[in-house]
Amino acid sequence: MSEDDEPGRPQPPDPGSKKTRNCAAVHPSPHPDRVLEIVLEHVLQFLTARRDRNAASLVCKSWYRTEALTRSHVFIGNCYSVSPSRVTARFPRVRSVAIKGRPRFADFNLMPLNWGAHFGPWVATMGKAYPWLERVYLKRMSLTDRDLCLLGDSFVGFKELELVCCDGFGTGGLAAIASKCSQLRVLDLSDTEVMNDGVDWISCFPEGETCLESLIFDYVECPINFEALESLVARSPALKKLRLNREVSLGQLYRLMVRAPQLTHLGTGAFGPSEAQGASDQEYDYASAFSACKSLVCLSGFREIVPEYLPAIYPVCANLVSLNLSHANINVEQLKPIICQCRKLQVLWVLDSVCDEGLKAVAAACPDLRELRVFPFDPQEDAEGPVSEVGLQAISEGCPKLESILYFCQRMTNAAVIAMSKNCPDLVVFRLCIMGRHQPDYVTREPMDEGFGAIVMNCKKLTRLATSGLMTDRAFAYIGKYGKLVRTLSVAFAGDSDTGLKYVLEGCHNLQKLEIRDSPFGDAALLSGLHHYYNMRFLWMSSCHLSRQGCREVARALPRLVVELLSYEGNEKMDDGAVDVLYMYRSLDGPRNDTSESVTIL
Amino acid sequence: MSAPGRAGHSPEMVEYSGAMNLDETELTLGLPGGESRGKSGTKRGFPDTIDLSIGAKRRSLTGGGEAAKDPDIAVAERREDEVSGTISSKPPATKTQVVGWPPVRSFRKNVMTKSCKFVKVAVDGAPYLRKVDLEMYSSYQQLLAALEGMFSCFTIRKYLKERKLMDPANGGEYVPTYEDKDGDWMLVGDVPWKMFVESCKRLRLMKGSEAVGLAPRASASTCTSSSS
Repeated sequence: MSEDDEPGRPQPPDPGSKKTRNCAAVHPSPHPDRVLEIVLEHVLQFLTARRDRNAASLVCKSWYRTEALTRSHVFIGNCYSVSPSRVTARFPRVRSVAIKGRPRFADFNLMPLNWGAHFGPWVATMGKAYPWLERVYLKRMSLTDRDLCLLGDSFVGFKELELVCCDGFGTGGLAAIASKCSQLRVLDLSDTEVMNDGVDWISCFPEGETCLESLIFDYVECPINFEALESLVARSPALKKLRLNREVSLGQLYRLMVRAPQLTHLGTGAFGPSEAQGASDQEYDYASAFSACKSLVCLSGFREIVPEYLPAIYPVCANLVSLNLSHANINVEQLKPIICQCRKLQVLWVLDSVCDEGLKAVAAACPDLRELRVFPFDPQEDAEGPVSEVGLQAISEGCPKLESILYFCQRMTNAAVIAMSKNCPDLVVFRLCIMGRHQPDYVTREPMDEGFGAIVMNCKKLTRLATSGLMTDRAFAYIGKYGKLVRTLSVAFAGDSDTGLKYVLEGCHNLQKLEIRDSPFGDAALLSGLHHYYNMRFLWMSSCHLSRQGCREVARALPRLVVELLSYEGNEKMDDGAVDVLYMYRSLDGPRNDTSESVTIL
Repeated sequence: MSAPGRAGHSPEMVEYSGAMNLDETELTLGLPGGESRGKSGTKRGFPDTIDLSIGAKRRSLTGGGEAAKDPDIAVAERREDEVSGTISSKPPATKTQVVGWPPVRSFRKNVMTKSCKFVKVAVDGAPYLRKVDLEMYSSYQQLLAALEGMFSCFTIRKYLKERKLMDPANGGEYVPTYEDKDGDWMLVGDVPWKMFVESCKRLRLMKGSEAVGLAPRASASTCTSSSS
């Protein structure tokens, strides 16, 4: 490929080099090949989906280069699959980065502490390579206060920070972001742990009007300076999304709402009087505050709810698209008056305290429902089970447009699951958690094979599946045979033998993420997937029947795979070859060097 | 790698209970040399697992190699009968909780236990009410001790089974009662603590003489009117 000569710049010998060329400033008479590249640059601006861009980059070297120059958002699905410097070398003009770290099972204490997924190396490298970086999205990564300081110092025009399920930093780090990033539009700390260092980070936002559009800190378990927050909200005219933590009482919520009637997304904090106020709590007209928020479409919070105050939200119900009551321990009688007004609802998260009756009310009231999550009030195996197959059946009948469901229950039947598979053909995500391990169909006592089989057979768009209950290899045969689009599969306490896993590895051609725990799959099953592991983002197998020997064979057969063996505390010295956790993933840059003692890389 | 421990297990359901006395008789599907992998978990990540070996007779290391390649459902059918035959009912309630199961994030679990359950406490003869947060306590003993602390004129009778509070000033006994979800007045202490917290709407320390009409587990019409 010929390269155009920029005046005064030596011709680089490496055809892969990048020119920081501004598309608009074109050389008066460009080389013919360059014309094509310039046209391509303009055209590729319109390609945003990363799969499309990846495909374009494979056409030829010219397209590869041009695509690399025009990619402004980079998505790294596994932070260890590629080194930061490789990313910055290939994509020089990135404005937005998304990086995912730990696998999902880390959320449930299945991963040793300090396993990794540090943001430090990324911010250090990007700080130098991307001075114009505007957006960082991290999921399940660990950051330090220092990393956040460096972020604030490195990126002058930084606009959006989204941290989902992250940890490692404290209020000091937040203060750094608030004070250094004067252009900050989004600060989203969903599900992220923030250590309480006592720093009043809310007060660290600059004085005067801010650009804030989104401030989300609903799970930050630190008290906040309310006066500072009130002042911040008052001087943020662009604020659309505000999700408060449970330190914010109902009275305080009122004061914030009247200052921000333009909100579209609201997390209500405690939704109850603060303990300090007691009986002398000033009784605001909460309903009027909600009435004033004419654009409100997404409501959440209710962390310490006093149900008597729920009617205050009636004025917004008719417009609600998303409602998260998953922290509100309310019963069906308290739910009904709300839900029957939410005709437009598409996303609903609730606690199982609403019971099957509550779910029937949802089914009757919300024909447009796309996503439902039913969380357990008492997440234990032998707890009372207020929701069951009855609720699931009702939902399937009332909500035919359902696309995504997460359902925790104590008992289920194949019949209800089969009904859902037929009534809800648009299902993309089906996650059923029967909390008792190995629980069969409640009525027939049979395994749940037929139910899950029906899901993969009938839901042709299914890409994500999580199973539970008693499952034999037959269920996996179904999944392997029909789950051709499944990309994420989550298995726990299921299957009889290696055959089960083999069915999945041989049949699910689009499988990207496979997480398995406590299932009787061994080395033979593991080895049956060698043809596919390079196509996957990761494989997780914990408390299965793997041996070091088997894992070593995989590592030998697939040199670009990083095969990590993790051991639980107290088990590091076991020589019997049994494997606690296998976590393996493809990587362009070989094994990482930031492991702790509990990690062995084969 | 051979695993003599694996093959030939009986198909009975095995369970790790964590209780010391069952360790010797425990059958597991662990690999050879895998001792009681049931050390009780430290904070992070030791899963106490239940190994369920349904139909283990036909299981081998290669996992049914003769049918491995064939995803035909019919092949699995043969096994399903064995499977159905050996399914046991739900494991006994003494099983330990497993790490990370059910898969609910910790902030959801924490939030539940931190929720407040404030109920009003009325004492017969006292002019004002108090409030207690039932979630602060994990047993009747604790609750009564707290009530004793609040209404400092009381002392808890030593015979806790009777669960009465004594007012030394007038020598009267006070019986703790509560109104449940159905509106009935019940004696405190009959049901398991958790169930009580769930169903209690308010508390009333009733003068002993008035409480005669309340029987344990009374379901209806036991009201506050005194009966003798």
